[in-house]
Amino acid sequence: MTQKLKLPPQVKETELRELYKQMWLIRFFEEKVDEFFAKGMIHGTTHLSVGQEASAVGSIAVLEERDKITSTHRGHGHCIAKGATVNGMMAELFGRTTGYCKGKGGSMHIADVDKGNLGANGIVGGGFAIAAGAALTSQMKRAGYVVLCFFGDGASNEGSFHEAINLASIWKLPVVFICENNQYGMSGPVREMINIEDIAARAASYGIPGKVVDGNDVFDVMNGVNEAVERARNGEGPSIVEAKTYRSKGHSKSDAKKYRTREEEKEWLLRDPIKLMAEIMIEEGIFTQQDADEIKADAKKEIEESVEFAKNSPEPTLDALMEDIYA
Amino acid sequence: MRELTYLEAVREAMSQEMRENEDVFVLGEDIGVYGGAFGVTRGMIEEFGPERIRNTPISEAAISGTAVGAALTGMRPILELQFSDFMTIAMDNMVNQAAKIRYMYGGKGKVPMVLRTPAGSGTGAAAQHSQSLEAWMAHIPGLKVVQPSTAYDAKGLLKAAIDDDNPVIFYEHKLCYRTKSDVPEEAYSIPLGKADIKKQGEDVTIVATAFMVHKSLEAAEELEKEGIHVEVIDPRTLVPLDIETIVQSVKKTGRLVVVHEAVKRGGFGGEIASLIAESEAFDYLDAPIKRLGGKAVPIPYNPELEKAAVPAVADIVTVVKETLNRL
Repeated sequence: MTQKLKLPPQVKETELRELYKQMWLIRFFEEKVDEFFAKGMIHGTTHLSVGQEASAVGSIAVLEERDKITSTHRGHGHCIAKGATVNGMMAELFGRTTGYCKGKGGSMHIADVDKGNLGANGIVGGGFAIAAGAALTSQMKRAGYVVLCFFGDGASNEGSFHEAINLASIWKLPVVFICENNQYGMSGPVREMINIEDIAARAASYGIPGKVVDGNDVFDVMNGVNEAVERARNGEGPSIVEAKTYRSKGHSKSDAKKYRTREEEKEWLLRDPIKLMAEIMIEEGIFTQQDADEIKADAKKEIEESVEFAKNSPEPTLDALMEDIYA
Repeated sequence: MRELTYLEAVREAMSQEMRENEDVFVLGEDIGVYGGAFGVTRGMIEEFGPERIRNTPISEAAISGTAVGAALTGMRPILELQFSDFMTIAMDNMVNQAAKIRYMYGGKGKVPMVLRTPAGSGTGAAAQHSQSLEAWMAHIPGLKVVQPSTAYDAKGLLKAAIDDDNPVIFYEHKLCYRTKSDVPEEAYSIPLGKADIKKQGEDVTIVATAFMVHKSLEAAEELEKEGIHVEVIDPRTLVPLDIETIVQSVKKTGRLVVVHEAVKRGGFGGEIASLIAESEAFDYLDAPIKRLGGKAVPIPYNPELEKAAVPAVADIVTVVKETLNRL
């Protein structure tokens, strides 16, 4: 990289180390989860975002504390970037009472409503209208916050995508729809399921901006999302930002990945978002290789500690079964 | 006391709540100057303005999800769904999102919203605009289900529904809209989960819902002439259900007839009959429990066929006599 790194004004150079750490926290968290599922230590299912860390971290980096997000079934990265503790998340996956949902939600339903994380969602496309609704609250209460709605390429084929984005557009709601195009909806390649090159192009039919960013370059994500967030905050309405990225792992825990080649995977690995971020930061003189290694080691340690925390946390008692159905 | 129609009572309940609480607003299709498909919101946009009486596009999935998102972030939306048949399109948001969010999130977050919707046959609107699908919603833990039959009940129950911190499905029967009863001018609340004995009697208990309450009262009047004293109970809310009032009545009469317009197969009458069969009232039964419900057929257009698809006053009279062996 030759020119000076361009950052959105609210992201200070000093915060970049923290963001780099978030990338590793997400990576190590998910690798740990992957390992535990393989060993049968945690049950159910999980969807990993390994290889997509930059879109979560870069998007959320430009937010203010009061802003909100809705996440997806592949949501660990969004949670961590929005400030969730890895202890609470790991404990949730272990089904313990100290987990974000007291062990009753699991991987697909982690939420932290007080911190503005309105929840991961097990229904593909389930977040569009909820995000619009949260943005409507912001507009009606003059609260000034913006909502980021994460979704995948697959969700853009759901009817809820059309209905909610149209509604958000006519009401000029302060929401940004962030498409993490990871090239596959479960096994369905995006090129077979969508007949256009860019999902962001769909924005034109709602009269809103649509922008494509390099989803593996955390800085490109930041700048692209920041423009959309500013527009939303200024009352100019929603946008779609499409982050082109790649899901390094399978769809869920039982995926032999027969629908794609190992060569394709290797090619994307060359542009691994964490590697790319470190390279840019070293080149820009923001940190050294040694700093990068230390941050990585810190993140690894934090995840190891979260495992201990989770393992030592209590299981819910059976009384908890019928609690919290109604407010 | 002043008389109001059921329709006016619904409108008055909403208006009074909206004057008291800025977080309450209404969204739905054609609810603005048009006044809603049945005229329930007529005049409200003039008083409250377009921000709080929000006319939406024809997007049931978006508006239901938007209501969920707004409720989750501090508003108290009232969603008008033009016909209860369209619940099919709003279903994901009500069943997978609204009903489950609190539980999935371990008791954090709440979804205080009301989905109001006209149900039932009798208007010649045929198969896709005449159904009674309340049993679907009553099946879902996390939702509450209300079915008022009179103007007085509609006003008090709607206030309770709006004040409730949970998602409430509020079914308004179209044939009830023009019925009148004494309705106090001041706001009042009827607790959800409290049945009402619409007519006292000792010989047979009829449990009826929505418009079938009126038909049952008519049947009871005819039966009076033959010296048969029927007790008519309106549960008013299916979830929560006041089974205790029904148990006490059956212990007194020894006979139970359950009447609803919804298709008998899988209808809520089966639930009431089963609860009585499982209760202490079982020992008091002097005849088999009888259920009267709609025939297992889509509602037809022809007026005579339409009438024949759902229980008539004469059917109720006959079944009551059957339980008394007086045919």
